[in-house]
Amino acid sequence: MTRTGHDRRWSARGIAAALTLLLAVLLALPAATGSAFAQVNPTTEAVREEQLMQALDRVTGRVSIPDRNAATLIQVEGQEWRAYHERTLAWIGGIAILGMLAVLAVFYLVRGRIRTDAGPSGRTIVRFKWFERFVHWLTASCFVILALSGLNVAFGKSLLLPLIGPEAFSTFSMAAKYAHNYLSFPFTLGLVLMFFIWALRNIPNRVDVAWFAQGGGIIGKAHPPAGKFNAGQKVLFWLVILVGAAIAVSGYILMFPFYGTTIAGMQTAQVVHGLLGVLLTAVILGHIYIGTLGMEGAFDAMGNGEVDLNWARQHHSLWVDEEEHKVAEGKQRVPPAAVPAE
Amino acid sequence: MARLKFLCDADRCIECNACVTACKNENEVPWGINRRRVVTINDGKPGERSISMACMHCTDAPCKAVCPVDCFYNTADGIVLHSKDLCIGCGYCFYACPFGAPQYPRVGNFGSRGKMDKCTYCAGGPEADLTAAEYQKYGANRIAEGKLPLCAEMCSTKSLLAGDGEIIAAIYKERVLKRGYGSGAWGWKTAYRETIDV
Repeated sequence: MTRTGHDRRWSARGIAAALTLLLAVLLALPAATGSAFAQVNPTTEAVREEQLMQALDRVTGRVSIPDRNAATLIQVEGQEWRAYHERTLAWIGGIAILGMLAVLAVFYLVRGRIRTDAGPSGRTIVRFKWFERFVHWLTASCFVILALSGLNVAFGKSLLLPLIGPEAFSTFSMAAKYAHNYLSFPFTLGLVLMFFIWALRNIPNRVDVAWFAQGGGIIGKAHPPAGKFNAGQKVLFWLVILVGAAIAVSGYILMFPFYGTTIAGMQTAQVVHGLLGVLLTAVILGHIYIGTLGMEGAFDAMGNGEVDLNWARQHHSLWVDEEEHKVAEGKQRVPPAAVPAE
Repeated sequence: MARLKFLCDADRCIECNACVTACKNENEVPWGINRRRVVTINDGKPGERSISMACMHCTDAPCKAVCPVDCFYNTADGIVLHSKDLCIGCGYCFYACPFGAPQYPRVGNFGSRGKMDKCTYCAGGPEADLTAAEYQKYGANRIAEGKLPLCAEMCSTKSLLAGDGEIIAAIYKERVLKRGYGSGAWGWKTAYRETIDV
């Protein structure tokens, strides 16, 4: 068979030789260039669980489910939150509330009920108008139910469940949860109104420093002057407004879960809500004590709005002067004298 | 007494989602609830791994610890179940669960949750075994029939293993030894406080 000039260039032997040369070069390359061409085995270099867990708090990946929470594979903060909620909060809440009750009991036994030294005068002065009392009672009654239903979440299963059994406790807790969620709105409204009607009267001033210096009349027997709200009441006012606001905000975050928060956000909101809730409850126990049992004549202020004049002079002398000044200047009509008690 | 556990061999999972489908079908899981899901780590990169995750039925389950109405209970095999009758839908179990197992149907006011639903290890719930009421609330009760969860039974590569903890750990160990690598029994340290040493 004759061959043309073209065929002679690409003989079978020539091709074999070229390929062998190519192969030799390729095999030599790794040795020449080092690890750049080394075999990569992706399976042995796969992520290991301990690796990821050490590097991140939570391990996330890709899922085909629209719910973003499902993309998290493991979040161990859940266990920290569990330890906080079951142990830390229980201790803090227990100490705060039982501790406060113990302190109040001791205080009552030692100091007794704070009396009006001059005795009842038979005359009264208007202290809180109907709107002020309405706002107070709106907020207060909501707070009581919110506090009880909140305490049920934290302590109910230890204290109440053994007494009434699981079915009754569950029904009660469900009702408590609804009450807690719905009453949050009037409570928040009460806080906002309270701020608007009383914030200006609760701005601290020099009188308050002097009031604290004299122990407020609670420690010791002094009768330091005070305006409409004494320093202790101002502290309570700002605690209620600020801590109450924080509780409300964290509560709304909890009530609208994952609307802009991740699971870490929800855990934080729950920590804030529960912790501030038990602490504020302890403070309010003190407030309830002093407004009812702890001080003669105090309840009338919020009860019917009128307080005994001697009581007012003893505890809020500057405010009485202010009110009498207003009457003298004709800005205010004379507050009605009470009918003397029989 | 057997201690039932799950083990997902991440090196075998091919993300086929047969486990997810099997669970949804067997338990008539409603729309939007995902008792089991497949999560892919490092998707598209070398070393990509997929893990099938549902309730791990932890020792000292955090969901059980935080529930305000104590609606969870353990069976003798270590399965963690709960009562939908007692559940108040507060959502705490989801905050505590390291694996995101609790799911909620989201029916109710203020984005509230309804009754929690989760993987039951195909062991039903507190209702009487194999009744219609149990099926309607909790899904199938295969354990009462002497069977294992359907997700593991349907796994196409046998990466998802369910059964007595010692047996499945032994199977996994054998695999790791044979092939020379293993990314670990995902979730075991968190759920059961043990690792599989090879």
